[in-house]
Parts: sequence; structure tokens; C-alpha cells
Amino acid sequence: MTITDFSVILPVTLLTAWASILLLAELFLPRAQRPFLALLAALGLALTLGISLAQSAQEFAPGFGGMVVRDGFSNFLNVLFLLTGLFGVALSYRYNQRAQIERGEYYPLLLFSVAGMMLMGQAADLIVVFLALELLSFPLYILSAFAYPRPQSEEAGLKYFLLGAFASGFVVYGIALTFGASGSTDLARIVASVAAGSANLPLLTAGAGLLLVGFGFKVAAVPFHMWTPDVYQGAPTSVTAFMAAGAKTAGFAALLRVFGAAFPALAADLSPLMAILAAVTMLFGNLIAVAQTDMKRMLAYSSIAQAGYLLMAFAPFEIEAARTMAVAGALFYLLAYTLASFGSWGVVIALEKDLDRHLSIGDFAGLARRSPWLAAAMTVFMLSLTGLPPTLGLVGKIYLFRAVIEGGMVWLAVIGALTSVVSAFYYLRIVVNMFMREGEPAVEREWWLEFAIGAAAVVTVVVSLWPFPLFEWAEWAVMKLF
Amino acid sequence: MLLEYAAIATMILVTALVAVIAVVLGSLFGPKRPHARKLLPYESGMTPIGPGTRRVPVRFYLIAVLFILFDIEIIFFLPWAIAFRELGWYGFWAMVVFNIPILIGFIYEWKKGGLEWE
Amino acid sequence: MSLELILFFVLAIIAIATALGMLLSRSAVYSALYLVVNFVSVAIFYLLLDAPFIALSQIAVYAGAIMVLFLFVIMLIGLETLGGELNWRQLVWPLAMGILLLVQGVFLVIQRVGRDVYIGQTGTQLSDPSLMARVLFTDYLLPFQVTAVLLLVAMIGAIVLSKREKSNQEA
Repeated sequence: MTITDFSVILPVTLLTAWASILLLAELFLPRAQRPFLALLAALGLALTLGISLAQSAQEFAPGFGGMVVRDGFSNFLNVLFLLTGLFGVALSYRYNQRAQIERGEYYPLLLFSVAGMMLMGQAADLIVVFLALELLSFPLYILSAFAYPRPQSEEAGLKYFLLGAFASGFVVYGIALTFGASGSTDLARIVASVAAGSANLPLLTAGAGLLLVGFGFKVAAVPFHMWTPDVYQGAPTSVTAFMAAGAKTAGFAALLRVFGAAFPALAADLSPLMAILAAVTMLFGNLIAVAQTDMKRMLAYSSIAQAGYLLMAFAPFEIEAARTMAVAGALFYLLAYTLASFGSWGVVIALEKDLDRHLSIGDFAGLARRSPWLAAAMTVFMLSLTGLPPTLGLVGKIYLFRAVIEGGMVWLAVIGALTSVVSAFYYLRIVVNMFMREGEPAVEREWWLEFAIGAAAVVTVVVSLWPFPLFEWAEWAVMKLF
Repeated sequence: MLLEYAAIATMILVTALVAVIAVVLGSLFGPKRPHARKLLPYESGMTPIGPGTRRVPVRFYLIAVLFILFDIEIIFFLPWAIAFRELGWYGFWAMVVFNIPILIGFIYEWKKGGLEWE
Repeated sequence: MSLELILFFVLAIIAIATALGMLLSRSAVYSALYLVVNFVSVAIFYLLLDAPFIALSQIAVYAGAIMVLFLFVIMLIGLETLGGELNWRQLVWPLAMGILLLVQGVFLVIQRVGRDVYIGQTGTQLSDPSLMARVLFTDYLLPFQVTAVLLLVAMIGAIVLSKREKSNQEA
């Protein structure tokens, strides 16, 4: 173990240690001091964010004999995950008090989950990929059931746990077959053995397919999406917001790292499969979302559909030039999705006054008159998720579609565009409800929540006007991947 | 290679054999006076009330989970103990670091009353 | 046929039979007992593969601790026996999928796709727990430490989900 090893995992270690100390602090803090824990959690995330940003200038470095790496890709994702954590804390702070789930374990678990996500971004070995997947999922299983004995929350936790464990089984089996095919779990060595021709390609393809199934569960791609609506609806909304952004991004981090770096040799076999998966996910997610009246379920199906757009990035892997652009586009889109997703869930939290009653789309009626800023922010998020200007969602979709077209899959881009039109129907219905209908929505005023929603909306609009530095960062991040 | 385990296999076989012999001998030579009551589940001499399989409280489950977690920790100790001298101080500190999260977990469950039988 | 091969076939039959027994038994406790036998025969497979440490872990963790948990869960749910007969119609799809998987496996063996499968360094490395310890503490140091954090999170989960927050009498 050397200094480099330590510096590579410094952000993850710091966050894990911070979470542990937070757990102990909770034991010895009196109950009245509980709100203090949220502040401490945010401080830990901010500190780690500072270290990650300070490290972003540094060069590619492997750690622990190639188990983990620090490169542009992991840096980009670390920043994204830490922002996810900060948003998660901001959205939870008052909501948890309202929902009476303000147990001290909440924030340590959230921090452990973020640490798992960061480890996922840095993993360069399938063993670490698996452990990171578990480390980010365990806290989410617990948090989904956090509002027990509310039956829906219990159901959400149980469903998520059972299907998540099932998906983990696929991942482990995929890792085993990959190891059998190539003789290593190290991504670099798998690539080398494929290049040298010593790998057993049919077996490797089977392993990659199983890994795809496992990660497909995590990112909620059709046909592995069944858990999503029930879990997103049943879990406490603050947890859902965190899960919808964080777990999906982490799943895509694993997919991008493993399939982007380790399996270019399998591209001919896997690309058509990925394209079909993306198309089915976009079609299914968007079409079902149209029929939803419950707000949380609608957002759940919308997040399934968004996974479809992100999966498009894996379709053009056969064409060398399109590959880098596609992955950079995916990273960019992940950022846009994280902001819009957190923002819209934040608005749901602001409107969820009565926690036992499900928020329906009709409850948005009259929001523009009641609190115009919230309505404006929600409009921004809905536009971003649809892919309309002036938002980051549009820019991200343009990058993704361009990569797909350059990869020679025009039909996929057409499906993407058509389903975006379908999605406009249900996203803009909320905007119409807010501005055109009369109603008396009950709005909670919470400073942290409003701050988070406002920040997400402002960034979504402002960065979309001049997105090139951000895209250059994303492009720089994936340069070392191939 | 397999012969290394011959001693263990023999022991398991002999143990099983002794058990079987004891049961067989008992059923061959023991007195038999069947009675319906003898077939009832034993409930301290009382006539049993309701089915013998009732739901048990969740604390049993908590104890079992905590047992598994520490069991896994102990499994990791085993190879360390065998290679203790080779690994030296490096192995010692690695093991200490490994134990810190588990120690924190132990303090946590102690303070939370996870070890108490309420 | 060597002793090992005979042992392998005997164990394979036991392992498959107990796995089926576990699935098809109508009583949860019987299922659990079938599973114990299955775990033990898998442990002996590990011995045949020259991995005594894994075999020992299999017995101590799976056949020991996890089975205890299973039995507690069975008692916790209080659903010891399923009523009624086995519904074969329910089994059609799983059975079809299983047979499909089996055919695929046989096909792969016939095609000899598995001929250059990597099965790890044979002999010395796995059979010697002290060598395994060295690998665990050098190459796999990071995964080893992450495991400890995972155990911590699992511990928190067990407490959070089974113990209610003490009402206001807290210090």
C-alpha cells in the first residue's frame, strides 16, 4: 500500500469514515439535536466534493494493484454522486421531520450509499464493481423501508430488496463466467486477453449478457423494470428522489465502465442487443407513463423512459468515432437527468402535504398562481425531461442522437425522437395543469428544499445556453476509457 | 489427496453409525406401550393448546442476523490466523482496519439495545 | 473410475435430489433440511476441488448460520406448511426454462466451448489457506476492507428494521 493507493480512494474513505462517525455521533447526541446531523452530513459531502475537485486536475492513477482507478471518468462521476448526495440531504431535511422518519441512521446510510456509488465510478475490477453495487444498494433497501410500519414503505423495501438481490445474483454469475472466459476479473486484463485472442469469446459474451441483466435491473431498463413503479411510489419521497438519480447514475457508471472499457471486442454481438433494449425501454416507459395519474408512478415510468435514452449510448459501439461521443453524451445526459429528476421530485415533496394521500397530477392545478416560482421551476424540469429548449435535457438529447446517427443507427434515433414527442404529452400536461387550471394546491415552504429546487432549475437553464465547457469536460473524462 | 480427509470421513461415519445403532437397539429391545397421549407435542405435561407451531417474535431474527454478521467476520480471521507470522505487522494493521467498521457496528447495536432481550 | 469420480457422481446426485426436494417440499422446515444436505454436499465438492477453506466457510456460514436464520424466518412468518397439493401447472414455465438452460449447457459441452475455460491456478494456491491469506491481504486488500463496511451497513439495517425507536425516554 502506497501513498498513491491512498490518494486514489481518499474521497471514498473520507466519506465512509464520516458516515461512521455520524453514526456514532447520533448515538450520543440528544434527540433535540437531530437536525444537526443533516448539517454534518452535508458538511461531509461538501468536504469530499472539495477533495474530489482538487484531485480532478491530477493524472490517471491506478490504486491497489489495479482494483480501483482515478481518471477523468471517475472524477466526473464523483462530482455527480456528491451533488446527488447533497441534493438528497437538502430534500430530506424537512420532509423526514414531517413524515416522522427522522431516525438518526438516515444520513449515515445515505452517505454509505454515496460512497458505494463513488466506488462504482472508480472500480476497475469486477470484484470491486460487485462490492460497490452492494454497498450502494444495501442502504437503499433499508431506506426504502424506512417509513415502516407504513405498509407501502415495507412493500417497497421488500420488493426492492428481493429483486435487487436477484439482480446481484445475475451480476455474480456474470462475473464468474467472465473470469472463466478470460482468467481475470481485472478489466484491463480482460481487455488484454481478448486482444491476445486467449479469451473464450462465447463464454465472455454470456458473462457480459448476465452482467447486462444485473445492471439492467439497477437502471430500471425494460424488461427488468417491474419493481420501479411500486418502489418509487412506496418509498419515502425523499428516498425516491435520491434513488431515482443516484442508483440510476451508478448503474450506468458500471455499464459504461464495464461495457465501454472491457467489451469493445464484443460490440458486434452486444450493440444490436443494446439498441433493442434502448428502443423497448423508451417505447414502453413513455407509453405507460402517459396512462398514469399518480404523480409518483408517472415519474417512475418517466425514469424508466429516461434509462432508455441513456441506453442509446451503448448502441453505436461498433463505430470507433461514435463511441467516445456516445459515452460523453451519456455522461452529459446523466447530469441533466440528475438535475431534472431531483428538481421534479423536490416539487413533489413540496406539494405532498398529506403523506397518506397519493399526489395526483390534478393536484398541480393552480400552482402557478399559488407559488409562481415553484411552477416555473417545475416547468423547467418538465421541459428538460422532454428535451425542449432552453434546458440541459435538449442539449443532452442532441449529443446522444448525434452519436447514434453517426453510429449508423438512424432508426434508433427516430424512435428516440418519436417517443420524446409522446413524452411531451404527459410532461406538458403537468405544465398545463399548473398554469391553465384553477386549484388550491397545498404547498410546504421549506428553505432548503426551495434552495435545492431553485439551484437545479437555474443550472439546467443557464448551462444549457453555453454547454460546451461541460461537454468538453465529459469528453475529456471518457478519453482515457478506450 | 482425498485420503487426507479419510480420518474426518471415518469419524463422521462412526458418529452416524453409533447414533443409528442406538436408535435401532432401543426400538428392538425397549418396551412398547403406545398411547395416543404420548404422541402429542410435549408441553410440560399439560394437554397442548393450539398448534405447536406459532409465530415467534422478531427479536429471534435480529439475533440470528447479528450472529451471521459476526460469523462472517470470524471466517475472515481464520486465514489471517494461519498466515499470522508471514503477514507480520502489515497483516495486523490490515486486520485492525477491517475491524474498525465492525467495532463501530457493535457499539451502535449495543447502544441501540440490539443486544437486550426486552 | 477413480475414487474422486465416484464420489463426485454420488454427491452430484445427492445435491440435485436435495435441491429438487427443497423446491418441491410442501413444508418449509423440510425444505430447510433438504437445503442443509445440499449445502453440505456442495461443501464436499469444494473439498474435491482442493479448496478446504471455502469448504469450511460453506459449512460454518451457510450450513450453520444461514440455516439458523432460515429456520427463524420460517418460525417468524409462521407459514410452515403450504396447504394443498403441488400445482404442476405453476411449474410449467420454470420447468421449461430449466430444461432450456440444461439443453444449452449440454450443447455447450458438446460444442466444447468450455475447452479453454480458465479454472484458476490448480493445486497449491487454493489448497493452502495461508497462501489465500496472503492474496487476501495484498491483491484483494481493498475488497476485503469494503466487506467490513458492508457488514456494518447490514448491521444498521437489521437494527433499523427490527427495532423501533425508543419513545422519548432517550438520553
